[in-house]
Amino acid sequence: MIKLVIDGKPVEAEEGANLVEAAGENGVYIPTLCYLKGEPCIGTCRVCSVRVNGNVTAACSVTVDDGMEVDVDEPEVADMRRALVEALFAEGNHNCPSCEKSGRCELQAVGYETGMVVSRFPYRYPPRDRDVGARHLWLERDRCIFCQRCVEHIRDRTSGHKIFSINGRGSRARIEIDVELADQMPPEQVREAMDICPVGCILEKRVGFDVPMGQRKFEVQTHRERATEGTSNE
Amino acid sequence: MSERTPEAEYSHELPRLALDENTRRQRGEKIKVSMIGLCGCWGCSLSLLDVDERILELLDHITILRSSFTDIKRIPERCTIGFIEGGVANEENFETLQHYRENCDVLISVGACAIWGGVPAMRNARTELEDCLREAYADSVTRPGEGPSLIPLHDELPRIADRVYPCHEVVKMDYFIPGCPPDGDAIFRVLNDLLNGRPIDLPTSINRYD
Repeated sequence: MIKLVIDGKPVEAEEGANLVEAAGENGVYIPTLCYLKGEPCIGTCRVCSVRVNGNVTAACSVTVDDGMEVDVDEPEVADMRRALVEALFAEGNHNCPSCEKSGRCELQAVGYETGMVVSRFPYRYPPRDRDVGARHLWLERDRCIFCQRCVEHIRDRTSGHKIFSINGRGSRARIEIDVELADQMPPEQVREAMDICPVGCILEKRVGFDVPMGQRKFEVQTHRERATEGTSNE
Repeated sequence: MSERTPEAEYSHELPRLALDENTRRQRGEKIKVSMIGLCGCWGCSLSLLDVDERILELLDHITILRSSFTDIKRIPERCTIGFIEGGVANEENFETLQHYRENCDVLISVGACAIWGGVPAMRNARTELEDCLREAYADSVTRPGEGPSLIPLHDELPRIADRVYPCHEVVKMDYFIPGCPPDGDAIFRVLNDLLNGRPIDLPTSINRYD
């Protein structure tokens, strides 16, 4: 075990542990969007930004070190994290009331945890076409936040080829699907792709709104509770 | 309402009965609150009613000048707190919002439409305004079977805006209550915090975007 300081409090963590996990195990919640426990860090969303030894950095990309000093709840970094979430809400078309992922959407859950009520950035309302070409799933591109979870983690089970990709850059970037490979996805992988999407972009066809309000994922257990499970701060 | 026809008569301009002295004095001591809807579905205004019987304890401290109870279009005197539902989608919405900003000390965006446009703002991303109107009126599958296909245009109808604007892009808004609609609990909490001079606290457990 090594010792580090989070928000002025000395805590212990396993050597080589990821900072997001080490904080969670010590009851300190760090919001995350692209990060997936046990998977290699992608580091695209930066929503887990914290101050490490004085420098702001994405916590998911940090391996804990002996004597490390981490600030999570400091107002300035907390506001930076909220600004990042607000930028995502302004960049796409995030119409929670009409989205079947509402209540189990990580972007929404992280919005609540960071205390967002409105975006400080002008809402852009970009026109984005949906893609319904694949047999079992479809893309509602309004909601894509370009986290690349699907790009990295959902691959063809025989060849290992990527099924999802991001085409174009900047405001022209859009998520694409390889229809041929997607049509070979077994049902459980289709469900995995939908679940791995932190927003309501990748959706399984012929299902939706199947969980009543009040029983949805983050209503049963919040994003914070999930990240700090088993600790006294839960 | 700027381009009115001579015979137009608005509810807020109608003569009103004078209040009895006692009621007038009691109301004079209370904090004045109003709520109005712009381009929304009036669901958020109904959420104000979801405060339920707690409205009775609030009524010791506030008096409601304009709400679903009193369906006037303008507030007759200056208010401390104004709740705005809905985004700004036409000329009348602009004027009403400006009227509220000029006549309320604290102005609050209530609900998804006021905050970012909501469902009506789907037209911002999708299409040109003309296509939108043509789809809704001239080419609508539910238009009357006989007669010409028209897009309504008349001096009495407010001109529609090029897109739907969040309220805070038109005037300064002081607070925001998300939700579609927000729970009565959220509205009660904000109102109660304001009345008691506390900083507004919308905890994670109440903050909702849907």
